Amino acid sequence: MDFRLTDRHEALRTEIRACIDAHIDEEVIARAHHTGTNHCVELAKALGDAGLLAQAMPGEGQDPMAMWMLSSEAEKAGAPFDSVGMALVIAGVLNAAGTKAQNQRVTAALLAGEEFVCFGLTEPDGGSDLPAISTRAVLDGDEWVINGSKMWTTMAQVSDWVFLLTRTDADAGRYGGFTVFIIPMDTPGISVDPIHTMSTERSNVTFYDDVRVGDEWVVGEANEGWRVVSIMFGFERGIANTGALTPLLSRFHQWAGHTGVIADLVHREHMAQVAIDAQVAELLTQRTAWTAAIGEPSGTQGSIAKVFATEAYQRHARWAQAAAGPEGLLSLGEPGAAADGWIDHDVRHCVPQTFQGGTTEINRNNIAERHLGLPRSR
Amino acid sequence: MALDFSLSADQEAIANTFGAFFARESPVDVVREAEPLGHSPELWAKLRSLEAPGMAAPDQAGGAGASLGTLVVVAEALGEAIAPVPLIEHWVASRACPAPEIVSGEQVAAIALRPANVDGTWRLVPGGAVADVVVGVDRGELVAVHSPPPMAAPSNHGSAPLADRSAREGERVVLGEASELDPLLDLWRVLTAAALVGIAERAMCMGVDYVLERHQFGRPIGSFQAIQHGLADLPALVDGGRFLAHKAAWAFDERLVDGAGVIDMGEGNVTEFAPLAAMAMLHAADAAAVSTDRSLHYHGGYGFSLEYDIQLYFRRARGWANIGGDPSGERRRLADLLWGPAEALAGR
Ligand SMILES: Cc1cc2nc3c(=O)[nH]c(=O)nc-3n(C[C@H](O)[C@H](O)[C@H](O)COP(=O)(O)OP(=O)(O)OC[C@H]3O[C@@H](n4cnc5c(N)ncnc54)[C@H](O)[C@@H]3O)c2cc1C
Repeated sequence: MDFRLTDRHEALRTEIRACIDAHIDEEVIARAHHTGTNHCVELAKALGDAGLLAQAMPGEGQDPMAMWMLSSEAEKAGAPFDSVGMALVIAGVLNAAGTKAQNQRVTAALLAGEEFVCFGLTEPDGGSDLPAISTRAVLDGDEWVINGSKMWTTMAQVSDWVFLLTRTDADAGRYGGFTVFIIPMDTPGISVDPIHTMSTERSNVTFYDDVRVGDEWVVGEANEGWRVVSIMFGFERGIANTGALTPLLSRFHQWAGHTGVIADLVHREHMAQVAIDAQVAELLTQRTAWTAAIGEPSGTQGSIAKVFATEAYQRHARWAQAAAGPEGLLSLGEPGAAADGWIDHDVRHCVPQTFQGGTTEINRNNIAERHLGLPRSR
Repeated sequence: MALDFSLSADQEAIANTFGAFFARESPVDVVREAEPLGHSPELWAKLRSLEAPGMAAPDQAGGAGASLGTLVVVAEALGEAIAPVPLIEHWVASRACPAPEIVSGEQVAAIALRPANVDGTWRLVPGGAVADVVVGVDRGELVAVHSPPPMAAPSNHGSAPLADRSAREGERVVLGEASELDPLLDLWRVLTAAALVGIAERAMCMGVDYVLERHQFGRPIGSFQAIQHGLADLPALVDGGRFLAHKAAWAFDERLVDGAGVIDMGEGNVTEFAPLAAMAMLHAADAAAVSTDRSLHYHGGYGFSLEYDIQLYFRRARGWANIGGDPSGERRRLADLLWGPAEALAGR
């Protein structure tokens, strides 16, 4: 085994970091928290201009380490990055399964950091059981007519596109009869209602009322949509969004230094435990990226990394808040807040990490069945 | 060089050789026969025929001068088989005291993890019950003491060949200063971590096998989600332990020691050997404890009976982990390595 990053990767990291540092300051971060939109156009554009998004796009022949680095550097800096992370995933899916025209029109704009896309998968009655969705697309002449609604369409308020999963044949079995579309958000019939959350991050319900689109917006083949969303799951899980322990620990450490808590032996012991779990989360994530890079299936490894990292994040964020006492309850921007309010933020932000991208339970099912070889439980 | 999570061709060959060796020569009946002492002289003799006792000693002394990356692979295979031989302690002692009879394995060596007490006794030395030579610290010096081993151990949790040994009675050779024990302890931590990873891995597999075979309510108990999820947490712990042990070994082999490596907690970047060794040991101890806990629990009452093998792993998961000292103290020591000593900060 070898644990050294190549010079090329170190250089890439430096470049990513410089780009983030140039565009992210306290004001940008405060704005993201205020609006609930983890999105920064300037950062996206700068990453796009530098060619960093094109490098970090997932897929065959791409370097998964680049995506991991971009995500982990953004996490360390507290940068509003969600819109970029989502754009990368969809760019990768279109690159793998989309038409030439879709790639010219959409992928290029996503990788330039100029346009954005939201994921329209989850529905009120189709969460973990995604095949239970009921949004329908029906062919009417040479147009598809789409009706239904989607829950948790995060970033819809700033997106130019929606990546939409629909049912097109209800009789084609559990995983048959799905069709994925990439659709301009300004198409008549699409509307967006906000969902406000306990972490200030905003999401949305999106509605699709007789939305009419041409066949050119079908991604992959009609009725082959499950294959397309499966590509997508493989891209995100366990490579991005697993690095939260490092900034949590370093902010806690900074606060502990100011207050003198740093000398408390009990807290030091826990800090050491967080450092260990941060290392483990990083190693499991790097292993997922490395496996994908050598062209092997990394799906269960992604589940292993994701569950470990997000569960540890929750455990340790809650510890940090308790350790900080009442000041740990104060939010970002409040005078006297422990770690400038980041601890309160972390305790909120860690919550949805265990359901976004597949819940802990769904990932454990995946590990049990596909890694350990246990029988299906359902 | 680049990030690589696969074993090298050499490591792969070593893993195959020793995996097959321990599977053949140290099946559970050999482990059981060696109880309560926890040492099999026959198995040791077979290891000698592979020249395994001399692997860690420098080549100038007739050893194989193996990299830590190689030794870690053997230690994991030893842990998987819970092989009743003090090979890890012997290797670590042989780094400080590579005498020909130790390198050949004719004599067994052990390492005292804690300095001798005021009476000159090293308490509960791992491998001490069977070692002809003990290396350890006494009165500010690192010494090797040759004396006849008791060949008996106090009854203990992990059936380990522990014994109190005198640092003063016997033929005593001064090897160096007391501080020279520290790097040896780090080697011991990494190798013991690897052995604990072997225990965790094997216990997980035994649990999976058992829940597939055992039926209740007309179905394999492995189809119950509560059991599946308890087992599904284990691969992260096992793999995490293996990667940490290998990363520590990599740091050592790359000479990222004594400040040559990085400790940058703001970046989450740690490549320095000593903290990685501490992390590997602490994490692997947890991984082995959790894995054997869950696996034994999913064996139901049978797991508690002496007849079933999982209890052998359960006891060694603790017996091997706690011999190095209280994990709380180890975590505080790790904190000192990562952020500087607590005492220096107390007065600020
Ligand atoms: C902040 C946030 C942002 C999101 N962004 C998006 C987005 O951009 N686009 C999008 O499409 N979706 C998004 N999601 C949705 C997310 O993917 C879903 O929340 C997730 O798939 C779970 O679905 P659910 O919330 O309906 O929970 P449910 O599926 O109803 O699950 C409820 C509970 O039951 C458990 N459970 C369900 N099935 C099983 C089972 N088989 N075995 C054991 N336990 C089970 C779950 O683990 C969970 O704990 C977002 C969610 C959040 C919170």
